[in-house]
Amino acid sequence: MAAADKQPVAVTGVGRLNAPLSGLLTWIDQRFPLMENWRSHLSEYYAPKNFNFWYYFGSLAMLVLVIQIVTGIFLTMNYKPDAAQAFASVEYIMREVPWGWWIRYMHSTGASAFFICVYLHMFRGLLYGSYRKPRELLWIFGVIIFLCLMAEAFFGYLLPWGQMSYWGAQVIVNLFDAIPIIGPDLAIWIRGDYVVSDATLNRFFAFHVIAVPLVLLGLVVAHLLALHEVGSNNPDGVEIKKTKDPRTGRPLDGIPFHPYYTVKDSFGVVVFLIVFSIVVFFAPEVGGYFLEHNNFLPADPLKTPQHIAPVWYFTPYYSILRATTENFMWVLALGTIGLAALIIGSVKNGAVRICVAALAAVLVAGFFTLDPKVWGVVLMGTAVMVFFLLPWLDQSPVKSIRYKGPLTKIALALFVMAFFVLGYLGTETVTEGRTLAAQVGTAVYFLFFFLMPWYSKMDSCRPEPERVTGK
Amino acid sequence: MSDNADVNRTRRTIVIASACTGGAVAVAAAVPFAASMMPSERAKAMGAAVEADIGQLAPGEMATFEWRGQPVWVVRRTPEMLEEIKKTDTKVADPMSERKKSELTPEYARNEYRSIKPEYLVVVGICSHLGCSPQSRFKPGTEAFEHDWTGGFYCPCHGSLFDLAGRVYKNKPAPDNLKVPPHTYLSDTRILIGEDRKGA
Repeated sequence: MAAADKQPVAVTGVGRLNAPLSGLLTWIDQRFPLMENWRSHLSEYYAPKNFNFWYYFGSLAMLVLVIQIVTGIFLTMNYKPDAAQAFASVEYIMREVPWGWWIRYMHSTGASAFFICVYLHMFRGLLYGSYRKPRELLWIFGVIIFLCLMAEAFFGYLLPWGQMSYWGAQVIVNLFDAIPIIGPDLAIWIRGDYVVSDATLNRFFAFHVIAVPLVLLGLVVAHLLALHEVGSNNPDGVEIKKTKDPRTGRPLDGIPFHPYYTVKDSFGVVVFLIVFSIVVFFAPEVGGYFLEHNNFLPADPLKTPQHIAPVWYFTPYYSILRATTENFMWVLALGTIGLAALIIGSVKNGAVRICVAALAAVLVAGFFTLDPKVWGVVLMGTAVMVFFLLPWLDQSPVKSIRYKGPLTKIALALFVMAFFVLGYLGTETVTEGRTLAAQVGTAVYFLFFFLMPWYSKMDSCRPEPERVTGK
Repeated sequence: MSDNADVNRTRRTIVIASACTGGAVAVAAAVPFAASMMPSERAKAMGAAVEADIGQLAPGEMATFEWRGQPVWVVRRTPEMLEEIKKTDTKVADPMSERKKSELTPEYARNEYRSIKPEYLVVVGICSHLGCSPQSRFKPGTEAFEHDWTGGFYCPCHGSLFDLAGRVYKNKPAPDNLKVPPHTYLSDTRILIGEDRKGA
């Protein structure tokens, strides 16, 4: 139907409107699909009626994104991306710009809040199998958002030009140095200099304020479009599109997103903002976890802080990096051989078997020829990238944890514990005992993913109900 | 869409050719952007080799020069100090600089003294552990960190020890010897830090 053919009566779903407003909407709708989008994404987008607590964090993550963009815009009005002035300009914002401290603390607290929301949002996906068919692409867009968020946080952390900013960037950029052959040149290309310097700060600023946020926004749109195409999953993991009202064609277990979930999410927003404000006003440093003590000292390229630790949201992955020592290569080799044997025992295809055996042999040879530092970087990267594979690793007949058996529940509990233990260890200095604990944590982290095809299949699941249970 | 029979071959060829040309141009246009992220001429000039006058150094003294934002130490070792280095051969992890050769030790410094001339040690003063800058403790004797100390460097951050040739002690957090930067003797008293010229 051509836009000009739209009838005035097409305006529905916004309640009773007085005549002039209705006329205006018709005028717009004949030129731009305003009400069409309103209906398909809000007033007539049917979401399952049984969303629980865990379903707050998607919309909260979006709220934090908005907070970060708005506070970020105002911070750039006073911040100077120059190695000689950056630290002082942040202090200027904190002490002399009216309300500058508030805007900056919102931004620094927002960074941690973003990761809290995203980690909980991802955990929700793990609980209820939100990554399973047909939501694989939705999940993949989400994992890319997670990657972008990590990049955004890393680039942003250099900007205050404190000791932790400087040495954190130094350590992370030096990770690329470990890549064989191209590594050293790649590290120089990233820094734009032989050490982290003004050139590095200036380009990290460009990435932080425009390049990554643009990609992030595009991905959020793709994530939402994919979500609205397939429809939301729910705590029962039952597709509500299977049972539709024969007259209206609407899912029987669905309710319109607006007003039901806009109101529910508004409640979540209020609770979130209360907690967020308490942190911003009373404890913006959160004991050195949100803002590290060493970062209140200006960057000094000739003096390293005694103890370097990333901000809390990176510590699980930092622990995995540090856990990869020479001794751990044996564990890796055994794990690789064990996994290869499992795959070879489970697939019938001869070509696949040969490929798996060859790949395992190459990896094991690599473990003992290349520097452990290289494998630390590889392992850290794999720990993030492995989330991409989740839709295909999970072979369970049911989606939701509610109907999965004890094996999956134990595996998920161990994974969460490993994640917390690794996160804690990443904030601490290295000792022999802590390295061992991090190695155990790393092993559990990877076993959760790589053994999933087997334990999720073997598990004794209960049958899914036909309809959602409403709890 | 039309079937293959209706395809205008010439038109199809032109479409493919222009798409390929456009793609090639797009790729070519990416090169200057990527290249713009390499160190600028100014950064290169500042990262260039540094000339250091070592003629003023008395035996047993150390001087620090800045190269690429890092401290470079030059130590003029006395014959006694060189004797001490021989004693630590069994205490250090990598006496002949076999590890990460290409990265840490240029060919001309792969010897017991880790230097071109035994008298002069030239190393980057950054600990191979987490990048702290160790302190010089040249006086032999009993120290809190080592009862039979023969002189060298002590890292206050995590207690790594290096001998007078910048070789790391065994079982310390630091995995490797101190880095010997590429360097050349321009004359007996002048060195060029950051460049090794063949035949010089």
